[in-house]
Amino acid sequence: MSKVKVAFTLNDQEVSLLVQPEERLLDTIRDRLNLTGTKEGCGVGECGACTVMLDGQAVNSCLVLTAQVYGREVRTVEGLGGEEELDKLQQAFIDHQAVQCGFCTPGMLMSARALLDDTGSPTREEIKTALDGNLCRCTGYKQIVEAVEAAAEAEEVD
Amino acid sequence: MPERQQVNRSKKRVDARAKVTGKAKFGADLKFHNMLYGKVVRSSYPHARIKEINTDKAAAYPGVEVVMTAEDIPNNLFGVIIENQRVLAEKRVLYIGDGVAMLAANSRESAREAAKLIELEYEELPGVYGVEEARRPEAPVVMPGEENNQVIHHPLRKGDVEQGMAQADVVLERKYTTQFVEHAYLEPEAVTVVPEERNTLVTVYGSVQNPNATRDALATVLDCDLSRVRIIQDNMGGSFGGKDENISSMACRAALMALNTGRPVQLVNTREESIIESYKRHPYTMKYRMGARENGELVAMEIEAAADSGAYACQTPFVTWRSVVQATGPYEVPHVKTDTYGFYTNSPYTGAMRGYGSPPVIFAQESMMDELARELGMTPEEIRRKNMFSNNSRTASNQKLDNHEVSLAEVMDKALEAIDYQEKYRRYSQPQPGDIKRGIGFAISYRGVSLGAEAIDAAGAIVSVQKDGSIIVYSGLAENGQGLKTIFSQIAAEELGVSLDRITHMETDTSISPESGSTVASRSTLMGGSAVKNAAENIKTVIKEFVAEEYDYRGEILYRDDALFTIEGSKIVDFPELAASAFHSGVFLSSYGWYKAPGISWDEETGQGRPYFTYVYGCQAAEVEVDTGTGEVRVLNMAAAHDVGKAINPANVRGQIYGGTVMALGHALMEDLGFFQGYISHTNFDEYLIPTVKDAPDNIDAIIVENPDPAGPYGAKSIGEPAMELGGAAINNALAQATGRRLRDLPLNLERVLLGRNLSREG
Repeated sequence: MSKVKVAFTLNDQEVSLLVQPEERLLDTIRDRLNLTGTKEGCGVGECGACTVMLDGQAVNSCLVLTAQVYGREVRTVEGLGGEEELDKLQQAFIDHQAVQCGFCTPGMLMSARALLDDTGSPTREEIKTALDGNLCRCTGYKQIVEAVEAAAEAEEVD
Repeated sequence: MPERQQVNRSKKRVDARAKVTGKAKFGADLKFHNMLYGKVVRSSYPHARIKEINTDKAAAYPGVEVVMTAEDIPNNLFGVIIENQRVLAEKRVLYIGDGVAMLAANSRESAREAAKLIELEYEELPGVYGVEEARRPEAPVVMPGEENNQVIHHPLRKGDVEQGMAQADVVLERKYTTQFVEHAYLEPEAVTVVPEERNTLVTVYGSVQNPNATRDALATVLDCDLSRVRIIQDNMGGSFGGKDENISSMACRAALMALNTGRPVQLVNTREESIIESYKRHPYTMKYRMGARENGELVAMEIEAAADSGAYACQTPFVTWRSVVQATGPYEVPHVKTDTYGFYTNSPYTGAMRGYGSPPVIFAQESMMDELARELGMTPEEIRRKNMFSNNSRTASNQKLDNHEVSLAEVMDKALEAIDYQEKYRRYSQPQPGDIKRGIGFAISYRGVSLGAEAIDAAGAIVSVQKDGSIIVYSGLAENGQGLKTIFSQIAAEELGVSLDRITHMETDTSISPESGSTVASRSTLMGGSAVKNAAENIKTVIKEFVAEEYDYRGEILYRDDALFTIEGSKIVDFPELAASAFHSGVFLSSYGWYKAPGISWDEETGQGRPYFTYVYGCQAAEVEVDTGTGEVRVLNMAAAHDVGKAINPANVRGQIYGGTVMALGHALMEDLGFFQGYISHTNFDEYLIPTVKDAPDNIDAIIVENPDPAGPYGAKSIGEPAMELGGAAINNALAQATGRRLRDLPLNLERVLLGRNLSREG
């Protein structure tokens, strides 16, 4: 099958490359663009470890074909926060001990970022709904939810 | 005593920044020049004879560099306890996940496509499923070379159980069962093997829980010296006991292909491959007979617990040993007869999983304590208070608990108070109109810390002060995601009085780190933490001599605020300056530290002795809501009180408690591999359901109880597994109160709660 040319914005940078029509966004990001912060945990859209933001929405990048993101904006965990300063969510995850093994963390952060961008001060139930597609086997979720609440409050103050 | 600056504080994790920025590298994130991608072909049947394997077409597929079967592996056997696991199956496949052939190719796509071209012809054989079938004298023998299917039998005899039962006013006899459980670490297994890198034969990178066990397997299979195999651990995306033998197997496969081709080989499992091949938690079938007097006093227990070992021995001998020690629970029982067994079957093999041999027996025994209380007209609280251990109690192994605080009453009081148990128990005992009913229940346990009589128990570490005052720590025990690097860094920083950012805790590297046994049995903080402390203390002995000479101070030195102080509090020297000065004077500020556990004893025939050098105590309570119209159970609140000796990092301890209770909730209510006659039908997270954030209780009250133990660093003991072993029984007891009906089989899914039985084929 002939390759498709795809151009999109990744973490505020323009990228352009030739991909197979069936290539998954997850593989493009990890294998071709060498951003390995986005993880593969199940390959069927159940675990959320591969969550990225696509035009501001949290999506499972294992279920998105790269050809579908033509002209769109993709953000991965590497595109959260700046060179020096962490995103408030990243800082809150550190401060609230919301990280254990860390494999689900990038996906959790992206789902949480999409939520906070959309809903300024979410309720606990809204946070749980936003994170319901992100599995974690280590933390029991409690410190993660607390971290998202704390980040939301910190952003409200700003 | 001066206030501690680094330990007993909720310091931020030393690896958190790398993990929240996506910079932390996990096994599948590595790439090496000229690397090949491996693929394994697994069995199509739970039990079959391999008639023919034809690899010609696969070998000819473009990009394929090597194809191998068992015939190409001269030393095909490995194993930690009993060497009977195969790198690839020979002649017979023993379970559905057995590897039969493997290949490596230039791309993942080529490897995947070529694997489909391996032609296999099998003759399906009748299989053995479940322990009741496996132990029948006429059952087919699963393991080649064995006479029957028994892997192990651990007896324990105390007093005379029949005489004890004769004294009882009430004798209850019940059968309980638990299911296979998948570890479900979020990171599927990944290893890369680089051949002839630097001076070793092979270097292994990846998600390796127990680097030394994997090194042992590789040295056996490759028939080389241990020093020729180097394992460097990457970040672990969760393990929970689960990345041991299966990772050893993967590392052996990748190593064989890497040596064959002279190129690095990477193997990364898909989730389906992971669930089909990896080992599980043992399912248990347990028969309990308990005898008590009218006043609730336990007089006798007779227990038979049989664990399904699946196709290999793996860790069954040790898992069932922990069960024999803990089977009677934290109660004084004068007459005990316990027999625990493991049996081979043609199901997936079973091994270590958080809790090891305790969660199944605690589920049965603590559920049954409630049944006994009900029979005697007592409350669950009364019967436990009547019988539970206190200081100087004697266990079923006849060990006197006299070297630490037996804090069962304290953990129980605190957990029950936090969840408002008594009021809720009273309220939920009244008739509840409508379909929605609530209940509250709890469970208590004692748990032996570290390996006990399973194996030699010692651990080591290296603490190395650099000339600028920065410090490198190497540990033989490994970070599995639980926070070990943070804890060990805190201990090194505390001892040397420096801030945490001076410490760099390296990955475990078997060519550098002292061999310390496995990162298992909730032993890292106590064993490895003591080794780090010991290394730092050695360095301080050298510093003391140097300070006497260089700074003319001979008194006790206080280490704090990145400097050394006299006992009166005047500064001697800043730590970086001391490090530079020592270096330039030729004084060596690095040391190995070593810690060997206190002595233990065990009689294999009677189960009597001193199986563990100390114990931890815990109580977990659960409040549930049941929809009796649908069978849905929702855990509203949990309270978990654990005596950890002393918390090195309270936020980390709470994290272990939250994670452990939610894992137990999954085990209790939903986790089910959909087994039928050796086949697994739930091979990904769309069917194998683990708790999501919405399944977790609305509130978990994590209560840290501290009674410092003389054996641990600063008095610290353990929390990883204790946090996981109680939830199943607590939830089951709450459910029984809510519905008035006792269930005895896990998981407590919709059908069982609604109908009292499972509707699936195996139910």
